[in-house]
Amino acid sequence: MKRVRALSLFVLISIASFGAAPDMPRFRFENFTTANGLPDNHVFTVLVDGDRVWAGTENGLALYEAGKWNVFTTADGLAHRAVLSLALDKNTGDLWVGTMGGLSRVSGGRIDTYTQLNSGLSNDVVYGVGVQGEFVWTATAAGASRLNTRTGEWSLFNERNAPMDEIWAYAVSTGADKVYYAVWGGGVLEYTIATGRWKNYTDPDGENELVLFKDQGLIHKITTSVSYVDKVLWVATYFGDSHYDGRNWHNFMAKDSGLPSNFTNQVRGLDARRAWFCTDKGLAYYDGVNWAVYRPALDTGKPEMYVRDVAGTITPITVSTAPAHNYILALDFQRDDIWVATAKGLSHGIRQK
Amino acid sequence: MHRFKKRSCPSAPLAFTSAVTVVLGFLIFAGAARAKPDSDEARYLSPREMVLSPDGVWLYVMCEGSDEVRVVDTRTGRVLKAIGVGHVPRGIVLSPDGKQIFVANSWDDTVSVIDTSSFKVVRTLTTGFEPNGVVVDRENKTLYVANRLSNDISVIDLASGQETKRLAAGRGASYLLLSPDGTRLYCTHVYPKIGAHRTPPESEITVIDTQRQVVIDRKPLHNVAGVFHLAASSDGELTVAAQLRPKNLVPLAHVEHGWAFGDSLAIFGDDVNGVVQVPIDELARYFAMPYAVAITPDKKKLYVSSSGSEVITVIDIPKLLSYVKSANAPIANDLSASANYVVTRIPVGRNPKGLLLSRDGTRLFVANRLDDNISVIDTSNDVVVSSIDLGGKKDMTSLRRGERVFYSARFAFQGQFSCANCHIDSTFDGLQWDLEPDGFGKDIVDNRSIEDLSGTEPFKWNGGNPNMATECGPRTEKYFYRSQSYNSAELADLVTYVMALPYRPNRYRLPGGELTPAQERGKAIFERTDNKFGKAIPESNRCAYCHSGPKYTNQKLFDVGTGKKTDRSPLIDVPQLPNVAYSGPYLHDGSARSLEEIWTIFNPNDKHGFTNDLTKDELNDLIEYLRTL
Repeated sequence: MKRVRALSLFVLISIASFGAAPDMPRFRFENFTTANGLPDNHVFTVLVDGDRVWAGTENGLALYEAGKWNVFTTADGLAHRAVLSLALDKNTGDLWVGTMGGLSRVSGGRIDTYTQLNSGLSNDVVYGVGVQGEFVWTATAAGASRLNTRTGEWSLFNERNAPMDEIWAYAVSTGADKVYYAVWGGGVLEYTIATGRWKNYTDPDGENELVLFKDQGLIHKITTSVSYVDKVLWVATYFGDSHYDGRNWHNFMAKDSGLPSNFTNQVRGLDARRAWFCTDKGLAYYDGVNWAVYRPALDTGKPEMYVRDVAGTITPITVSTAPAHNYILALDFQRDDIWVATAKGLSHGIRQK
Repeated sequence: MHRFKKRSCPSAPLAFTSAVTVVLGFLIFAGAARAKPDSDEARYLSPREMVLSPDGVWLYVMCEGSDEVRVVDTRTGRVLKAIGVGHVPRGIVLSPDGKQIFVANSWDDTVSVIDTSSFKVVRTLTTGFEPNGVVVDRENKTLYVANRLSNDISVIDLASGQETKRLAAGRGASYLLLSPDGTRLYCTHVYPKIGAHRTPPESEITVIDTQRQVVIDRKPLHNVAGVFHLAASSDGELTVAAQLRPKNLVPLAHVEHGWAFGDSLAIFGDDVNGVVQVPIDELARYFAMPYAVAITPDKKKLYVSSSGSEVITVIDIPKLLSYVKSANAPIANDLSASANYVVTRIPVGRNPKGLLLSRDGTRLFVANRLDDNISVIDTSNDVVVSSIDLGGKKDMTSLRRGERVFYSARFAFQGQFSCANCHIDSTFDGLQWDLEPDGFGKDIVDNRSIEDLSGTEPFKWNGGNPNMATECGPRTEKYFYRSQSYNSAELADLVTYVMALPYRPNRYRLPGGELTPAQERGKAIFERTDNKFGKAIPESNRCAYCHSGPKYTNQKLFDVGTGKKTDRSPLIDVPQLPNVAYSGPYLHDGSARSLEEIWTIFNPNDKHGFTNDLTKDELNDLIEYLRTL
């Protein structure tokens, strides 16, 4: 009886608040697949460079420009067909490409490749790449590498010279003062540029892989993504997500937030308050108070959007389009629009309001 | 060009003698003007590049050998001033308003900024490794510098003097050209890309958008290695680059068939379709090492300096474009083609390098690097009408004579090439050659650097030449030049010159000479005697055993497991290591594209040093140390 009453109350609140849902971004999604030019539907990553959009797929690097796709493969010099990560050097315009077979640089149409055999790169599996000034940082299956593009010097960071419990570096995010790594099983590593020192963030008690109490520390040491923006760190894991402002942690799980799933492939902070979460059950946006989720419905596959407000009230929003798939791998921004890499195509979210 | 010792630079005006005749506002010399101060007699100048003031009065001559810019009054032909700059200047440009001159100092990694009102250096800017070409944008806000050893282009904000970015160029980035409308910057390269082993050389022209300051295109140059100066027509529809087409995949025994080098031009722009390569050689006569190009304002003539052949080639541009458009097939290797557009060859001085046209196009100045003078050509009839003597040392030393021999192609069959073809600016060419007549693809050898050679004998990768006289004398005569080559005096001079080539500055050492932590760790690996399992490494498997002594060679032969079935012997001369960082690819046949590949690919059995116990970090440390040598 108690459960029925609670359910009735939830329904009433939902109905009552139906017309007063927080105003969250709405998009019309246009999806790209192999049917309209992508080299593969499995899109690991996406990067926006002005009006150009780069997509890293399982079968090559694709560039969307002036309404057309151009594909770069190993025949063009790409290190490997599976493109896992992308980073733009905004100063030079060069694109850095992390693949399953090394690191490539696309510059003025030329592709140069660095591998563990022909260069100082620590490992050919480059999960993440980031540019910080003249340095290119990579997250590889054997730790972190840093290339000084002016001198050609490679510096490797691993269990021998950094607090890296594991060396399976999964992602990197660079800022003017810090570089952060998501290390799969090793938590988060913080590199302070001014001092050249490393610090790690892992399970607070040092015994478990996860926090025992909410907001105690990093939510889980199996991290998948980091995003450093406005001196705030956003962290994604397969067990929820974290926000760290340098003093306090705040954690998000599906049970106590608007996250559609704890399984998060990537987090992208917009600023210190707002972020996007790429999960296995859809794309989520958090504006610091409210949440919105965009996906094909998990049961019917029909386009779905809903908003969760601060009180936990969920309001469905009528939409006619959704990202190409609910398994979201990555995202990037193009002014007010978003580009979304999914397991079944690349989606362009065109901002409607 | 090379420095043999640090020199001081005079600042006092120099006095000159010689009668002069002024025609059309330019000086036509009946004889040579001479600079006389005693200090001036001590050095050769080696003029390389020039710029002219907007009013045409001042000719600024960058002298590579004396580390200065000499200021010539074109009205009188007198050298008025010698402005000291940095070490081994290689590039010069005038600001759009004519108020400043920028000089790239290749051995200092700086640019000297000269105030043209005071003729003094007022500022020094920092660049990448071995700056060469330099260009300033039309707004006089941004300076671009091509860095030969860091393979990039420095973008320097002139207001702050700070380098704001480095743009990735190709290997050996050296020469720059701003398009006439100022929107594009072109960069050429003296070394080819390091590509797959035994594949044709590839180069590129890097194209930069000067508004966005990013690389927007790379025009491929197939079968091309060294590329030098560029020039553009005033309408911007034709751009030309001087280039070398080496034929290094076939035995050099085919010199008599013309299979050594093709001296040619790459032309591109709206006047042609894509990039077209055209030869300047003739069927039985070659014009070695094309270096500088200049196009007259009316777009009728194109001048090319052949720095190994002591001539300026004159090309009729309308005929050239007409021939290119009518050609049904690539003409780069058709040496009969040049007869259709080359109208004359003008003899000038030794090792002609930079070219400069007056604004009205009536005079062409030619920097004769190894004569220390400037030839002035009347472009109406393409005749040398005068010579400007810049001063400098007049007595010929063995060293200078040897330098002249080194840079002259007259010793080779049909004048096809000189030492400097393969040793560009006395370095290397980044190519692998099939030198001997033992069949195709046998005994392939990578071109080694020739700096600081004393104490590195024997020479050749198989150690077959016990001394430089053998290397440069009978070996060169028999295998390279296919001619009588040098007489004994010339050979002695050449050996003197080559053996005196100095060690270039190493950019990987800290200013005080100390090592970074990574380099220190690498040094310990280089010098270790035990492996990581605590066992002694056999002496012959230690880095520091073979690579010992001041030049890091014990001057012996070893089998390090890198010999190929096509090599006559697996025994390899231990190469010296100074400045090894710059001279890739590596191993005797150039099969290792990077230092890393020497050990990650070509040392499976630890014969080339005991290295397979090293982690990737440690191998990186070892390489960081090697780069400091």
